[in-house]
Amino acid sequence: MIGFIVRRLGQAVVVTLGVVTITFLLLHALPGSLARDIIGNRATPQAVAAFNHEYGLDRPLWYQYWLFLDKLLHGNLGYSFVANRSVDSLVASELPRDLILGGLSLVFSLAIAVPVGIAQAVKRNGLIDYTGTGVSFLLYSMPQYAVALILIQLLAITFHVFPAEAPQSAGTLAMLEHPAGLVLPVASLTLVTFAAFSRYMRSSAIDALAQDYMRTARAKGLPEHQVLRKHLLRNSLIAVITLVGLSIPYIITGTLIIEQVFNFPGLGLEYFTATLRDDYPVMLGVTVLVGMITVVGNLIADVGYALLDPRIRY
Amino acid sequence: MITTIPDEVPSSTPEGGEVYSTGSAWRVLLRTFAKNRLAVFGIIVIVSVIIFSFIGPLLYHTNQFDPNLTSVNLAPGAGHPIGTDSSGFDILGRMMVGGRSSIEVGLGVGVISTVFGLIYGAVSGFFGKATDVIMMRFVDIGLAIPVVFLFIFMSQVYKPSLTLLIVLLAAVSWQVPARLVRGETLTLRTREFVQAVRTMGGRSGRIILRHIIPNTIGTIVVTVTFQVANAILTLAVLQYLGFGLPPTTPTWGSMLSNGTTYLQDGYWWEVYPALAIIVLTVVAFNFIGDALQDSFDVRLQER
Repeated sequence: MIGFIVRRLGQAVVVTLGVVTITFLLLHALPGSLARDIIGNRATPQAVAAFNHEYGLDRPLWYQYWLFLDKLLHGNLGYSFVANRSVDSLVASELPRDLILGGLSLVFSLAIAVPVGIAQAVKRNGLIDYTGTGVSFLLYSMPQYAVALILIQLLAITFHVFPAEAPQSAGTLAMLEHPAGLVLPVASLTLVTFAAFSRYMRSSAIDALAQDYMRTARAKGLPEHQVLRKHLLRNSLIAVITLVGLSIPYIITGTLIIEQVFNFPGLGLEYFTATLRDDYPVMLGVTVLVGMITVVGNLIADVGYALLDPRIRY
Repeated sequence: MITTIPDEVPSSTPEGGEVYSTGSAWRVLLRTFAKNRLAVFGIIVIVSVIIFSFIGPLLYHTNQFDPNLTSVNLAPGAGHPIGTDSSGFDILGRMMVGGRSSIEVGLGVGVISTVFGLIYGAVSGFFGKATDVIMMRFVDIGLAIPVVFLFIFMSQVYKPSLTLLIVLLAAVSWQVPARLVRGETLTLRTREFVQAVRTMGGRSGRIILRHIIPNTIGTIVVTVTFQVANAILTLAVLQYLGFGLPPTTPTWGSMLSNGTTYLQDGYWWEVYPALAIIVLTVVAFNFIGDALQDSFDVRLQER
C-alpha cells in the first residue's frame, strides 16, 4: 500500500513538472516582447535592455526556466505588471469566492446525484430512471453557459425572483450576506456538475446492486431500506471519491464560465480580465495552478479509492 | 434473448433443430443499433443538420457578410422566418452557415484525435514496460492541462483559423481514446491469436495494425461519436466566451454570444434557435454513441 502511494506520488510530481514545463514553453513561444508590452512602444532600447535585465529576460531559456521553477517551489506564481500585484495575492483574494461557488455547487450536486443515481439503479428502466437519464443527457449536451442562460431567462427576466448578477461585495464573507445573488450562479453550476455526476452514479449503483454482499444482506433478512442504506449507499459513496477527484477540472472550467455569465467576482473572472488585457503572468499562473489542482485531485481519487476499498490492494 | 427456437417447430425440422442464420457480426450489430429508437432519432437529426448546414444555404440565399443596419433585431416575420440579429443578419441563414464550422470542427477533431489516440494507445499498451510508463505520463500531462484555460490563452496569441482550431482541439482531446485503447491493448496482446502471429514471426507493426487495432473497433467507433459531441460543445463554449474563430465568422456559439446581450430586451429569437440546434446536434451524437456502446456490448445483442 505504501509502495503504491509512493509510486503514485512520484507520478504526480512528474506530471506536475510536465504541466509546468509545457505552460512555461507556451509563454515563451509568445510573439512580441514583454518589455514592449509593459513599458510601451516608445521606450528607448536602453530602457528595454534594463527591463529585460531586471526580470532576467536576457538570460538563457534554461536559466529562466530554472528561475520559474524555483519561484514556483517557493509558492510564487508570478507577478502581474498590468495589475501591479503578485499572482499570489490575486489568488489569495479570489480563490475563497471560487471555493464558495464551486464548493456549494459540488455539495448540492452530490446531494442530488447520489440519491437520484441510487433510485435510478433500484428502479431500473422505470419512470424515475428514464426521467433521470433524459434530464442528465439534456444537461450534459448543453454548453455550460446555456443552463445559466435559461435560469436567468426564467428566474431573473420573466419572473423577477433572483438577480441575474452575483453580489459584487469586495470580501468573501460580505458576499454571503447577499444570498439571493448567489442562488442563480450556484444553481447553474450545480446542474452542470450534476449532469457530469448523474450517469456515473447510476452505473456505479447498478454495479453495486449486482454484488454478492447485496444478496447476502437480503438473504439474511435485512429489510430493503436497510439493505439500500447500509450496503448500497455506503458502497456507492466510495465511487463519489473517485468522481469528485476526477471531475475537479470540469468543475473549475464550469466555474470559469459561470463566473463570466453572472459577473461573479472570482479567479475565473480575473482570468478573463487578464486575457482581455494580455496579462500573461496571470494567465500562466492560473493555468499552472489549475493544472496542479487537477493533478492533486487525480491523486486523491486514486489513493482515496485504494484506502477506502479494502478489496483494492496494490 | 438467448434462445432462437420459435414456439411452433415446423414438422420438416431436422432432428436437433433448424440452424437459423443470424447474419454476420456487422448485421447483428446494425440490427441491435436500429432497434434503439434514440439512436435512429440521432441519425435522423445529424443527417438533417448536415443537409441544413451544407445544402440549406444553396436554397435559402442570405447575405452573411455585409451587416445590414436597416434591418437590425427584427422579430420573426415575412422575409426573415426567425428574425435578424443586431447586425441585420438573417438568423435562419446564419444558423445554416454557422452549422458548417461546428460540423467540420466536430468531425475533424473527432476523427483526428481518435486516430492519433488509437495508434498512440495501441503502441503504448503493446510494448508495455518503460515505453508504456513514459508514454502514459504524456497522456496524464495532457489531461491535467486545463483545456479551456489553455485554449483561451492560445487563441489570444494566435487568432486561429478553422484548421488551426481543429488541430489545437485535437491536440487536447486525443488523450482519452489513447487511454481507452491502451487498456484494451493490454488484454489483447496476451491473447492466443497475437501469440500465434508472434510465433509465426509477425513483426510488431503488423500485429498492432492487423490484429490489435481491428479488435478495438468497438471502442473506437463509440469514442469518435463522443469526441465529436465534445468538440462541438467546446467550440460553442469558446465562441461564446469570444475566443476561437474571429467574431465575424458565423458560428452557433458566436450567435449565442451576441444574442445574450439582448436577452433583457426580449429578443428571444437571437438566442434560443442557435441554442436549440447546438443541444439537438450534441444530444444526437451522444444518443448514437450510447447506442453504439450497447450494440458492441455482446451481452445486449439480439442474436
